[in-house]
Formats: sequence, structure tokens, C-alpha cells
Amino acid sequence: MSELRFTVDHEWLRQDADGLVTVGITAYAQEALGDVVFVQLPEVQAYAVGEEVAVLESVKAASNIAMPLDGEVVEVNAELEASPELVNQDPLGQGWFFRFRPADASAVAALLDQAAYERLLNANADA
Amino acid sequence: MTTETLAKTPLHALHLELGARMVPFAGYDMPVQYPLGVMKEHLHSREAAGLFDVSHMGQIILRGANAAKALESLVPVDIIDLPVGLQRYAMFTDANGGILDDLMVANLGNDTLFLVVNAACKQQDLMHLQEHIASQCHIESCFDRALLALQGPKAVEVLARLAPQVAKMTFMQFAPVRLLGVDCYVSRSGYTGEDGFEISVPAEHAEALARSLLAEPEVQPIGLGARDSLRLEAGLCLYGHDMSTSTTPIEASLLWAISKARRADGARAGGFPGAERIFAQQRDGVASKRVGLLPQERVPVREGAEIVDADGKVIGSVCSGGFGPSLGAPVAMGYVQSAHIALDTPVWAMVRGKRVAMKVAKTPFVPQRYYRG
Repeated sequence: MSELRFTVDHEWLRQDADGLVTVGITAYAQEALGDVVFVQLPEVQAYAVGEEVAVLESVKAASNIAMPLDGEVVEVNAELEASPELVNQDPLGQGWFFRFRPADASAVAALLDQAAYERLLNANADA
Repeated sequence: MTTETLAKTPLHALHLELGARMVPFAGYDMPVQYPLGVMKEHLHSREAAGLFDVSHMGQIILRGANAAKALESLVPVDIIDLPVGLQRYAMFTDANGGILDDLMVANLGNDTLFLVVNAACKQQDLMHLQEHIASQCHIESCFDRALLALQGPKAVEVLARLAPQVAKMTFMQFAPVRLLGVDCYVSRSGYTGEDGFEISVPAEHAEALARSLLAEPEVQPIGLGARDSLRLEAGLCLYGHDMSTSTTPIEASLLWAISKARRADGARAGGFPGAERIFAQQRDGVASKRVGLLPQERVPVREGAEIVDADGKVIGSVCSGGFGPSLGAPVAMGYVQSAHIALDTPVWAMVRGKRVAMKVAKTPFVPQRYYRG
């Protein structure tokens, strides 16, 4: 398991040994969303970066999850259909959304690292 | 920051101290949730007691021998025979029978009526009253008073510790009550479907009262998020969503709120704006009506979603929708063409381009637990 990368949309990505990338949302994002009551997961297919791949519904509102990089979704976390609260309880673990095969494997490392993401959060807090 | 232009209730500092997440609502900076979160706040209100700050709502006092008669000229509700110490649900109608706002009216005795109106409508309601009935009674806005709601099955136990007599009140009773040495108005009512109270308190005493209630072990602070899911499960309308000037009380399924005395065959029939249209609709029926809707999947169906029939023809739209934490399932209300409003009629909502099966359902979605003595 390698270290996590992040997007400005508060998604985390983990490049696994099999070359696939696991995606979820950060602790900060689940906290901001509030109680998740429904997750609409992506189809198993290719998506372009920025495309809406999933929808998270909290008690009050719906939020879109964008594809973090070009790639093909190969697996979704079906556990979330029955237990969407896993996104709140364990966002970096059991609350993962999907795994995908990136079109360009080196693109993952170019995303924000932990320190850069924390700077982003701090900048948001100061704004 | 835009929050500088937002008004603050007398409990604003307390909300921040309690760690609330604040949002703009009807011109006020209001708590949408506390650290507990919407889901647990909702469930806590149904299991124990929740304290809500609803001070953004408008409180108005009407005084004078003709106040009840004057108010009857603006609402389809029996105010003249409203007993002292009771409150009643009402709505201001316009010339087309549309709903300008919904409100609570209490009879304080001594020719005094106490009104609670919606935050977003309060200035407009005040002008409406001044324009139409200022010559018949004295109108006093009390927009600086605070309003707290204590809701849930433990609410009575908690409030009775401060004032034992509130335990004897029944649903919709209204009384002046001294709490912590301060003269308040207390009604046994609320917006959650649970037993509970609303407490009107002078602004300068609101925080002490709120802190005292929050110090009771049964009580948690509850934000607007859970207030919305609680009222939706209870099938209660939210002005501007489930009713507006483009819907009449008949279309909004609020015929029950039109008093017998004010109906076409009543002792004081009509005499409120839009009466002819409302009576005609009651007699002839309406094209579409507000109904309860239960999505058959887990996906919440939200306000604005189109409703279609089996052939895909648009037959209405969702006016309120979300997840009902007590039900553990999504709930919604919508306006649906009259051919499709029978209970259990299958209809579909369009959610992100996909059809979600729903059933027309009875409201409330959870049993009301008002205390009727």
C-alpha cells in the first residue's frame, strides 16, 4: 500500500500493488457532508477526468463525486448500498467508493500529497 | 464574508459555543446542525428531547375588541370562537386563494391574539396586516422576542421541572408561564410531530433559558437540518416549498385547516380573500393536489424532481423530499394530478435521469405523538 494522494475536491486515491487505484473521500469531506444516507456508485466502465461518477446523498443534500483522473472503473464498493454510513465512520477504509485503472499510471503521483492537501485545508480554514 | 449582513438571533453566540455549523436561512445566520449531526439530532428528538432556536420566526400581537373579527377577514379560520388559551393553525390567503403564509394564532384573552409567522414572510405579513386591519385593531410586531422549541417525548418532563403546570397543558393549549422568573408564553405544539412546547421569551432572557434547558440530561440542541427531516416525516408543510401563492389550501391538502364556520355552508361562510375560488375548488375538485410519496428505493427524491406515470408522462413534481431517519428510508411530498392521488398509486420520480418507483402514501409517515390529555 502506497501513500495517499488527494484532489482539491477532497477525494483520496491510493495506488495499490495490482496497479489499480482506490478512491474515497477524506475525513474532512465526510465531516462537511454530514450523515451520508445513500451512495450512487459508478458503472463499471471508462470515465474521463472530471466526469460525474458517483453521487453522495446526505440527509439534506446531494453532492457529486468527480472522476479524479482518466481511467476505467473496474470495481465498486457494493457494501455502501446497504451501509452508506461507512463513508462517515471509516472514510479512508471501509468507506471507499470504487477502484479504477488509470489511463496514465504516473498521473496519480502528480496529485496533491498529504502535506499539500493539509496546506489546502489550512488555507480553506483561513479564508 | 456575507454573514456580516445576516441577522442574528439572541442565541447566536450560544450556537457558536456549542459548535454549530451555521448557514444563512431567511436572512439569519442559523445553526443547520451541531456536532451530533442531523441523523442523531433527528433520532434524539424522537427519543428524548431536542431544543430548537426558532427565534427567526415572526411574533406579532393583535389587540382590540375587533382583533379576532379583523383577522378573520384575512384567514379561512374561526378566530372569533377560538377559546382563550388555545391556538389554531391558519394561513393568509390572497385574492386567488393562494397561500401568502401559514401561521399559528393563539387567543391570550383580554382581546389579545398572538401570532407566529414564518421568518421569510414576516415583514410582508406585517405589512399585510397593517394594510388591511390596522384601522380595526392595534398591531404590534415582537420580532425581537426569542422563540425556543422543546420537542420530544421527554420535553414535558424537562419543562415541568421549571414550571410544573405545563404538564397539564394539552396539544395546542397556550398559556403565560413564568420560567426562571421571566414571563414567557408557552404553547404545547411544535413542528416535529412529537409532543413538545414552543416558548416565547424576551430576547435578553433567551440564553439563560436555553442554557438551563440544555443542562437537563434529556436535552440536545437541534439544528435546522433535523427540523426539516422531522417535519417532513410528520407530513407537515413548509411554506415556500409545499405551499405558496400558486397553491390554494385545497390544492395543498389543507382543507382540514379551514374551519367549519368559514366554509361555504358555515355560520360565517367566506369573508376571506379568495373564498370563491377555494369554495369552487372544494365543490368541483382540483387538477392536482399535495400527497405523501414513499420512494421504493433507498435513493432520496428531492424537491423539484419531476413525477411521471407508467407511460412516462409528467404528472407532477416533488415539493419536499429527503431521507427520513426514523423511517430509515426516503420520504417525499409532491403535487400530483388528481387521477393519480389515490393511496398506493404507483408513480415514478426522475432522479438524475433515472426513474425511481414511488407510491402515493398517507401522511404523516411516522405516527404523531401529540399529547391530547
